[in-house]
Amino acid sequence: MLYTRCLVRFTAIFTSGLLLLWSMAAVAESGWLQLNMPRGVTSVSREVYDLHMLILWICVAIGVVVFGVMFYSMYFHRKSRGVEPAKFHESTKVEVVWTLIPLFILVGMAIPATKTLIKMEDIGDTEMTVKITGYQWRWHYEYLGKDIGFFSSMSTPREQVYNLAEKNPDYILEVDNPLVLPVDTRIRLLTTAADVIHSWWVPELGWKRDAIPGFINDNWTLIEEPGIYRGVCAELCGRDHAYMPIVLHAVSKEEFAEWVQQQQQPSTALSAAD
Amino acid sequence: MTHSDKTRANRRLVPKLFLFSIAMFGFGYLLVPLYDVICDITGFNGRTTSLAVATEGNANGVDTSRTVTVEFVSSLNSGAPWEFRPTVTRMQVHPGEFYEISYVATNLTDQDMVGQAVPSVAPSLAAVHFQKIECFCFDRQDFAPGESKDMPVMFRVDPRLADHVSVVTLSYTFFKLDPSS
Amino acid sequence: MAATTHDVHDGHGEHHHGPAKGLGRWLFTTNHKDIGTLYLLFSLLMFLIGGSMALIIRAELFQPGLQLVDPHFFNQMTTMHALIMVFGAVMPAFVGLANWMLPMMIGAPDMALPRMNNWSFWILPFAFTMLLSTLFMPGGGPASGWTLYPPLVLQTGDAFPFVILAIHLMGISSIMGAINVIATIFNMRAPGMTLMRMPLFVWTWLITAFLLIAVMPVFAGAVTMLLTDKYFATSFFNPAGGGDPVLFQHIFWFFGHPEVYIMILPAFGVVSQIIPTFARKPLFGYHSMVYATAAIAFLSFIVWGHHMFTVGMPLTAELFFMYATMLIAVPTGVKVFNWVATMWRGAMTFETPMLFSIAFVILFTIGGFSGLMLAIAPADFQYHDTYFVVAHFHYVLVPGAVFSIMAAVYYWLPKWTGHMYNERLSRIHFWLSVIGVNILFFPQHFLGLAGMPRRVPDYALQFTEWNMVSSIGAFIYGISQLLFVYIVIQTIRAGDKATDQVWEGARGLEWTVPSPAPYHTFDTPPKISATNAHG
Repeated sequence: MLYTRCLVRFTAIFTSGLLLLWSMAAVAESGWLQLNMPRGVTSVSREVYDLHMLILWICVAIGVVVFGVMFYSMYFHRKSRGVEPAKFHESTKVEVVWTLIPLFILVGMAIPATKTLIKMEDIGDTEMTVKITGYQWRWHYEYLGKDIGFFSSMSTPREQVYNLAEKNPDYILEVDNPLVLPVDTRIRLLTTAADVIHSWWVPELGWKRDAIPGFINDNWTLIEEPGIYRGVCAELCGRDHAYMPIVLHAVSKEEFAEWVQQQQQPSTALSAAD
Repeated sequence: MTHSDKTRANRRLVPKLFLFSIAMFGFGYLLVPLYDVICDITGFNGRTTSLAVATEGNANGVDTSRTVTVEFVSSLNSGAPWEFRPTVTRMQVHPGEFYEISYVATNLTDQDMVGQAVPSVAPSLAAVHFQKIECFCFDRQDFAPGESKDMPVMFRVDPRLADHVSVVTLSYTFFKLDPSS
Repeated sequence: MAATTHDVHDGHGEHHHGPAKGLGRWLFTTNHKDIGTLYLLFSLLMFLIGGSMALIIRAELFQPGLQLVDPHFFNQMTTMHALIMVFGAVMPAFVGLANWMLPMMIGAPDMALPRMNNWSFWILPFAFTMLLSTLFMPGGGPASGWTLYPPLVLQTGDAFPFVILAIHLMGISSIMGAINVIATIFNMRAPGMTLMRMPLFVWTWLITAFLLIAVMPVFAGAVTMLLTDKYFATSFFNPAGGGDPVLFQHIFWFFGHPEVYIMILPAFGVVSQIIPTFARKPLFGYHSMVYATAAIAFLSFIVWGHHMFTVGMPLTAELFFMYATMLIAVPTGVKVFNWVATMWRGAMTFETPMLFSIAFVILFTIGGFSGLMLAIAPADFQYHDTYFVVAHFHYVLVPGAVFSIMAAVYYWLPKWTGHMYNERLSRIHFWLSVIGVNILFFPQHFLGLAGMPRRVPDYALQFTEWNMVSSIGAFIYGISQLLFVYIVIQTIRAGDKATDQVWEGARGLEWTVPSPAPYHTFDTPPKISATNAHG
């Protein structure tokens, strides 16, 4: 039939197109393999990752069974094979079974989820506090009790945004003043905002938290590996929502102490409230 | 059912359905006070309640065996041309005892301004156990050009504060208000 | 009683013996079939307008950097796309199907309140003209996302009161439509058509209508509060006056979650009509389907918090919303299992309505899986507000709700027009749609997990490849819908003559009337027995 031929041809063109794209990708060594959540650098982020993978695989398993049955039926129970339709249309026993089994699976998911959630919400003893304030469209960081506070704005030049210059590797994920935090330190992060709601998110830490004007939210983190971690504002906050990145430098405790001293030099101490 | 039966049935049913949807419009508004009540009971959104007077006093006694860190932070809502900051940023307190600190707000413009500081406490569950007596200056305030105001807050942490909470943050955000309203 | 109906009916029907001529027919019609047609055509128009906005979005996202539009306009596009697709395309399409089919399925001559039916339709063109016109106002249209969160939404320009008024009008239209559906189902059923004999599409619409009258007014209240906050100095959501912006989110999602079920329950109904027809086997577990629908509707009122896990709720609230949300998987699972069991040992053929229904079951289930993942609060702290969420709700709304509407149109179009659609073209439409939609939305799961936030006109370089794929899928899907428009026009104009039965395995009252369905059907109520009721 014509349409089948049409379809075959279309599929062929389409697959060869996809293959071409794939081979291009292999050459370019690019974002094709960016498929999953990062495991992150905190115990919380790793627990969240494991939970995510657990539920993903449970869903895949259920999907394989349900869709498997469905495709089996679609192949073998076709009219063109000359089958007579069965007449059955209910079975309390079967219905009870497929109500209860999902219920048990859900309980199985809820237990690890509850454990992780309790851990995330328990702030406990923290060694330092940083207050994060969202502005349209930049972040302000204030290190409580250390007299350090500064704005952190995107440093990617506008020419790159408007495609007038070649884009940096960290295009729109780079800032003038990164947030510097020590590793192996339990840190309390307060979030609030000065105008509209923002949301502070560094995927490697394993969570995001809304920054709400007039209200203060708290959360905690304990970074285990030094490095540069990048994040974004996750709550739509107006025109330049895409352009208020977060860059977090996680450094050793010694380097952090050094950095704090540098910042406290009178020339660099910025007013926290400007 | 005959046609006239149907008309009669519709006449009974339809007004009820309309009334129900109007009631649900009201329910939307009812959610506002309901939310406030839930927040007051649970500290859901970190809003604190102010004590009018310190009548409860030290009924629960002072727990000197325990120390809680209280942090004071300030924020300016954008477009509020003030300088606003606490005089102390961090202190160790014993639950049950009253302490006093203050915030200082300065009008940075050469115009008359109206402003107000709004409190919030983190963690939100600590909000119900954070009791404070604010100076009236935390209500709506007029500021002369360049005027600076000292805004004292008396507070105590209730000994019933959950054991695992070791740091409580009191935050004030300063808003500029429309003078006409 | 059969004899009396004819006389009494002359009361409201100068066009009892056929439609009036010209434009007046459509402006003043009280005929459920005419109004159904109007709703469906309106919905198609909105689908194309909202779809064009989606293509603007995907074109901008084809590459990193800003190429086509300004970020503020981009935000207007995401907002308008959502408002138009939700309130202009999906909901009116289901109301159109309800208008056409409910009276015919329960053996009623018309909807219970024909004049109100006319008003509830004719409000819509005004509402959407006003909404679309805001794009040309100073400051542009709404750009805060369809969720309209304050304080951001209060930064909207002159368009703000018009947006609110347009939302009020849509709400009034939906509420009137829903009341009409409830009154029709309660009061207009043919003798013998007991509630538990009603076709499942009627059941799902009855429950949907109750959801509508329960939550649309709450939404109206929420946007009214926004309006008074902006212009009349109230402070429901303004912290400076003792309000809380998070309160808006609570009220909005109290409406918003039932709202998403308003868009999917009638889809469940459609698929529950179509699968038995082409499996030539009665629907498996009719009773449990009804109870599952009711259970989903009930649960939808107590899960709103899962949209706002990141606002900083206490642990107990997070646990409650997480558990309640996970529970929804149980009745939803029952439905999917019942559809599969209906297909099991049937004698299936795969005409276009069946193809769309099967694609619905599979792809909606994939959307259900990602929904279950999003319910897990700790993981949601990562997923929230990323493209993973975008992928999730587009899987349940496009190959979910929209595919079910396509399936319904192909299924009932021969009954409406008296002509068969072109099976060959419609299959090409199906395959292009199903391939396009998956290329469009599946990569968005990867983008979200890898860290791309939603509602951004620009993104970091590592997201380039999958965005490009997604945009290609968008254009395949989008352009192939023009084929659908062509098929529908072709069917109305020409097309082979359809039989009254149309589909070999179809059961139910709508197939007992001629094709095309006469302007007036069931002026004399049919006799209903256990065998000729639902499928």
